[in-house]
Amino acid sequence: MNHVRVRDDECKGCAVCVSVCPKNCLVMSGKLNVKGYDYVQFVHAEACTACGLCFLNCPEPGALTVFGNKESSRDEL
Amino acid sequence: MAELIQRFGKAQSFYDGYTRKGIEIETTHYCPGCGHGTIQKLIGEAIDDLGIQDRTIFLSPVGCAVFAYYYYDTGNIQCSHGRAPAVGTGVKRTVKDAVVISYQGDGDLAGIGMTEIIHAANRGEPITVFFINNAIYGMTGGQMAPTTPLGQITQTTPFGRDVARDGRPIGMVELMNALVPPVYIERCSVATSQGIIKTRKAIRKALQAQIDGIGFSFVEILSPCPTNWGMSPVKARSWMEKEMTHHFPLGLVRDTISSSTGKATSIPYPYLDDAQLVELLTGSAAVPLLKDDIPQVTHKVKIAGFGGQGVLSAGELLATCGMTEALHVSWLPSYGPEMRGGSANVSVILSDQEIGSPLVDHPEVLLAFNGPSLDLFEPKMVSGATIVVNSSIIQRQVERTDVNVYYIPATDIAKNEGLLSAANVVMVTAYLLISNALPLETLVRCIPLVLRKKSFLDTNIAIVNKTEAYVKAHPMEKQ
Ligand SMILES: Cc1ncc(C[n+]2csc(CCOP(=O)(O)OP(=O)(O)O)c2C)c(N)n1
Ligand code: SF4
Ligand code: SF4
Ligand code: SF4
Repeated sequence: MNHVRVRDDECKGCAVCVSVCPKNCLVMSGKLNVKGYDYVQFVHAEACTACGLCFLNCPEPGALTVFGNKESSRDEL
Repeated sequence: MAELIQRFGKAQSFYDGYTRKGIEIETTHYCPGCGHGTIQKLIGEAIDDLGIQDRTIFLSPVGCAVFAYYYYDTGNIQCSHGRAPAVGTGVKRTVKDAVVISYQGDGDLAGIGMTEIIHAANRGEPITVFFINNAIYGMTGGQMAPTTPLGQITQTTPFGRDVARDGRPIGMVELMNALVPPVYIERCSVATSQGIIKTRKAIRKALQAQIDGIGFSFVEILSPCPTNWGMSPVKARSWMEKEMTHHFPLGLVRDTISSSTGKATSIPYPYLDDAQLVELLTGSAAVPLLKDDIPQVTHKVKIAGFGGQGVLSAGELLATCGMTEALHVSWLPSYGPEMRGGSANVSVILSDQEIGSPLVDHPEVLLAFNGPSLDLFEPKMVSGATIVVNSSIIQRQVERTDVNVYYIPATDIAKNEGLLSAANVVMVTAYLLISNALPLETLVRCIPLVLRKKSFLDTNIAIVNKTEAYVKAHPMEKQ
């Protein structure tokens, strides 16, 4: 199953990734990180296609990392 | 379960942590949901994939992106407001193989820096410009930008931007398209995933054009500033889709990359190699960066003669000497529109105190290169002033009795060394020697800094020595 790792403390809670995920795999966690932001949580691994749209939309360099089953052909985008 | 591999993650060209004011942090300084972060990730990824991290020189602008140098582990220059394309021009001409990324906001590029961008584009400088259009001055708190759409409320357009009052927004892509040299012009947006994917491609294409040495490329990227728009990050993106793209139509405007036959057709921009740079910068290494024994002098100096006698450069030399001794200096020229023949003078102030005004109405020192200059300034000198008279040209004596006068045949001394134009060096040398204002070594060290023709350096130094000998042999008679 694909996976999106959230570095909780690097998330600023802007919710942009939540709004762009076509599979609704991301939700706000309702918990606050060290900086006081409500960070994002990855919830539906079974639905995630590892499309990378959450990563590409997110303004933070390291908040999200997308793992998938096959070698990325990121150029398919 | 099959082994997972990373498909999307933090770019290698970013530092692991961003050390700012001694504290290492992992997040950017941007507000939540800021478009700068998204765009800079796309650029970071492109730098990785194109393998140009070691060649990239990233030009950080003034604006919210000012701190880009904390993030990219590449070459970085933080440019003054709007001047990045000029800095990039310099980099391209002196650093072989550099890939220059000029990253500029709309205030930076379309406001204060309009001149630089237009001329860099029109010269076809082979650089890549990413123009971040967030329709506002972000960093300074949300004032109207040249790109603010009509009707938009900002700090400086509280009733909404109005044509009659505030003028129309500027389309930079359209302006670029009026110029011949750019090879690639596109407008993108990071409002939607689809837009981001297009932006990602455009960034790569524009960088590839530079790598291939093809020419100037310009990518405008519409970008959200949720903070100053007063919207949530998600709302800001839908507002962009609805309002901004209507004012700033997206799409490719020009792509002549493939029809340019690669490197061969690129404009062969003049490149300065190391030897030429060394020649150009001769002497700079000898200038001390810091000094704590600052000489205690304040001299208000007037240097006057006719244009072509090197009056202004004499002032430049003196001011440079003062600067390298850590004095405050000012240099204020005054001359007519003619290049040569008219009268010219320059006011120089050397001071261990801050200088309030660069004007010298009542000089303490006069270097008079010709008769009319002496006639003009002699009556204005303060009592006890020093006047150095170029006696090769000025036939009369100084009439005032309350000033110290030193007569030196400056033009003859210079002529005897075969460099008539260096009479100015004689005058400055004589002044420093009789006044003890600054050591002669300082002068010798500074001559290469102001000398236009470096090949005359030795002659100039010889003239300093001849002047020193003359002054030793003819000490000044004190009044
Ligand atoms: C010479 C100069 N003039 C004015 C300023 C003040 N100033 C700082 S940022 C800025 C505007 C930046 O706006 P923009 O380029 O749109 O970048 P943003 O902050 O929106 O990313 C201004 C006017 C400055 N720093 N330097
Ligand atoms: S990779 Fe695609 S599907 Fe998976 S969480 Fe991110 S946006 Fe959703
Ligand atoms: S887009 Fe990035 S910063 Fe914003 S909520 Fe998602 S993970 Fe956090
Ligand atoms: S003020 Fe606007 S442009 Fe600046 S960091 Fe915040 S959101 Fe970004």
